[in-house]
Amino acid sequence: MKETVLLTKRMRDFPSDSHLIDIYEKSNGYKVAKKTLSKSSPEEVLKEIQDSNIKGRGGAGFPTGTKWGMLVEDKEKYLVINADESEPGTFKDRILLERDPHQLIEGMIITCFAANIDKAFIYIRGEYAKPARRVQNAVEQAYSKGYLGKKIFGTNMNLDIVVHLGAGAYICGEETALLNSLEGRRGEPRLKPPFYPAVKGLYMKPTLVNNVETISSVPWIVENTGAEYNKLGVEGSTGTRIFSLSGHINKPGNYEIEMGSSFGEFVETLGEGVRNNKKIKAFIPGGASAPWLTGEQLEIKMTIDDVAKNNSMLGSGAVVMMDEDTNLVNAAKSIVSFFAHESCGQCTPCREGTTWLEMILDRVASGRGRSSDLELLLDVCDNISPGLSWPPKMTTICPLGPSAVSPITSLMKNFREEVENMIPTKVLL
Amino acid sequence: MSWDKKLINQANKIIKQYPQKRSALGPLLHLAQSKDGYISDDSIEVISELIGITEVQVKSVSTFYSMYKQEPTGKYLISVCKSISCEISNSSDVIKKVQEITGLNNNETDEEGIFTFEKVECIGACGGAPAIQINYETVEGMTPESTESLFNWLKENQPKVIVADILQEKFGGTRSFEWGIKDNSGTIASVPGFQNFNTVGESK
Repeated sequence: MKETVLLTKRMRDFPSDSHLIDIYEKSNGYKVAKKTLSKSSPEEVLKEIQDSNIKGRGGAGFPTGTKWGMLVEDKEKYLVINADESEPGTFKDRILLERDPHQLIEGMIITCFAANIDKAFIYIRGEYAKPARRVQNAVEQAYSKGYLGKKIFGTNMNLDIVVHLGAGAYICGEETALLNSLEGRRGEPRLKPPFYPAVKGLYMKPTLVNNVETISSVPWIVENTGAEYNKLGVEGSTGTRIFSLSGHINKPGNYEIEMGSSFGEFVETLGEGVRNNKKIKAFIPGGASAPWLTGEQLEIKMTIDDVAKNNSMLGSGAVVMMDEDTNLVNAAKSIVSFFAHESCGQCTPCREGTTWLEMILDRVASGRGRSSDLELLLDVCDNISPGLSWPPKMTTICPLGPSAVSPITSLMKNFREEVENMIPTKVLL
Repeated sequence: MSWDKKLINQANKIIKQYPQKRSALGPLLHLAQSKDGYISDDSIEVISELIGITEVQVKSVSTFYSMYKQEPTGKYLISVCKSISCEISNSSDVIKKVQEITGLNNNETDEEGIFTFEKVECIGACGGAPAIQINYETVEGMTPESTESLFNWLKENQPKVIVADILQEKFGGTRSFEWGIKDNSGTIASVPGFQNFNTVGESK
């Protein structure tokens, strides 16, 4: 198994200065945007994106071409790049922001050309100070060369980009919460409908909200055609994808691969195996929101459809491996406590439910659990996500609450005994 | 108004970037924090006047986000990650060590105003778990031992500028990815170092 390098090529070829505009231009940079703006039509660009069948890389996997096609015509429209990467296990956008910010900017120029947009924002999570500085530098470099601002590349197109720093709220990765945050409000997800920011988004104007990796793919797709991109990977999961591999692995890191290999092969080859030759007990296939899979399921293929068939999701591409020595109750507690901390507080089932789940798991993990706690955990979960099915049903505005249910149902389904063993038994005196 | 002219100019520059003034609220709160180390009542008043919303609206937003501190922070904000990849890579040992050295509980600042300690959720350094941030500059691959060295170094040198690359080279271990690019930018306050808030420093 080998990497297929489209988005991470430049940072490998120029490891010490791939973020600079000179290097970017030396390695073919901004040529695609220049050519597109002078020779193509917006419709042609849209068609390439639709032909590529690329799906959004943020987590939801919504087809990008469809999203662009839904953008309503209006005098005032916006592009917002979602760089609020905070799904535990995920660090792939960080490398794209830090190491190749111009690739993102070029992708944004082409996107805005296709959608006739003249104002764009990059919403970067506040904790990503260093990536944000790099992106801000890159934006300033692009302005100084005339690639942003008025009449870019000498054409009639104008584009301004603002780098906006978040302030530590995972929920702002949810696109409507992100838009509220960008409007200077609390980062609370909006009540739907309207369902799509492409219809009513920032300031209630049509807005494209796309992930960093998605838009960073645009220059390659437009240069090499959507049909070529569509040949990579497998049907339903085309192109390459950057997976963030972490946990008990010899060589954790970001790997750009075509989707279609199995998790086991991924771990053994690129990840160079499990630390200390241990066995995998459980793993998370797509970020903390995704239900866990077990060590027996490593043969599952890393495609959106295959993982979905096994009642989980490829999500943000964050693969977390947990070896046989892992205390899974503690692991679940960590994830649940994450969601409890990040709940925005609007919906009662999520606000109260995640807090209770955290408290109950805490007492189980510390050996003070009650025999009724297992059922109680599932009952609270059922109030957040009725039926405990996958994909989850919701009693909440956004999927954050139901995400906290994932680790618990995984635990109860596959490792119930491990939880039971942590409950103290009664001793007759 | 107790923001000086320089700060007000900077604020107006930020406001101008946005189609609607209120969008500048987040960045202005960062700016306020770079001045005081927290969101002071005084800053709330200034900001509400600058963008034309009420003080309560400003406060409501500032209390929603965990990076806006409601109390003064120390010179160095120590944030230790406890999310899943760090948790299963023994971040709890690093947390214990920090607490042992500083004697601080979660979200506390020492009397000298040097350190503020907080446990935080995922900071996107999962490949280099466990990870820690000093004033939002990331160091990956920490151990209890390297944590101790890091604190000794901070106490002894009290550097004005915190630079991720320098900390990583001195105290870090496994990284999420090869960093390659050498970078001397950092932060000069307990807020993220970012050009628009004037907190980026060049290290010597």
